[in-house]
Amino acid sequence: MGRRKPPEINASSMADIAFLLLIFFLVTTTIVEDKGVLVKLPPWSEEPPEIQKMNTRNVYSVLVNAENQLLVRGEPTSIETLRENTKVFISNPQKLENMAEDPRKAIVSLRNDRGTNYETYLTVYNELKAAYNELRDELANRRHGKDFEFLNRDQRDKIRSELPLVISEAEPTNFGEEN
Amino acid sequence: MGMFSSKKGKEMPAISTASLPDIIFMLLFFFMVVTVLRDAELKVNVNTPAASELTKLEKKSLVNYIYVGRPMKKWQATYGTSPQIQLGDKFSSVEEIPLFLENHKITVPEVQRPGITSSLKVDGSVTMGIVSDVKTALRKANQLKVNYSAKPQSN
Repeated sequence: MGRRKPPEINASSMADIAFLLLIFFLVTTTIVEDKGVLVKLPPWSEEPPEIQKMNTRNVYSVLVNAENQLLVRGEPTSIETLRENTKVFISNPQKLENMAEDPRKAIVSLRNDRGTNYETYLTVYNELKAAYNELRDELANRRHGKDFEFLNRDQRDKIRSELPLVISEAEPTNFGEEN
Repeated sequence: MGMFSSKKGKEMPAISTASLPDIIFMLLFFFMVVTVLRDAELKVNVNTPAASELTKLEKKSLVNYIYVGRPMKKWQATYGTSPQIQLGDKFSSVEEIPLFLENHKITVPEVQRPGITSSLKVDGSVTMGIVSDVKTALRKANQLKVNYSAKPQSN
């Protein structure tokens, strides 16, 4: 008897199966990018912080109340002007008496209410951070001719120490918490 | 003359498709590897605010997620409509945050632990009260690297 060669398995449908799986994974894949405003919280201590005597001219106090209104250095302000005002305060180009002596001494003090909207809070925080980032960019451009993020580590550290981002957050007030 | 008649005898050989599955499998494995099946089902509505000064979180394994928002419709009967915290896939209270952080920490090799970041995915309409409580809990647990998750601003 002549042995018959076993029939070859048709593998052409293999591609279809693989395609099916591929499409399943293509559809379910969500390459989620998580982006956000990075902050470093201060460490917790049980004792109340010592009251540091700060020269008021160096403190840029920002208060946000439960109605999402802004009080900057005692004056009601809108969020739109916050970034510009903060930049002027920190850099103090005209060396005014009531603004920061030096960017290194400037402190931004942020205080909110427990009833403040999170969106408003984040917008304010973002604007304050943006003010610093813009100042750093400006300084980097003046000194090295490129943006802050393209500088090398030493140059960045130098600028960072000249324009330190200090946002101090006080315990929130509690006037208008709703649930 | 013979030029045209020879057409019939020499056909183009069929292109072998035998390697097609291999190529497809290669793609398949790529997608299988990059796919992160979302482990936590969202139970609260989270619509993060927009911001411009964004930092991208690189290492997924070093990030733990804390969701704050109002419960979704189907959970409102049990949990009400006031903002709630979601850790992993369940509703939690502020007191459970340290344990949650600790559980995440042990999955991370010791050398990488200083790089652990907490990503706060907070709904824009939530008030700061609950967020402050979370922040205090994080500070007490010495988890100081925090990322307020936000959408890029569309200008």
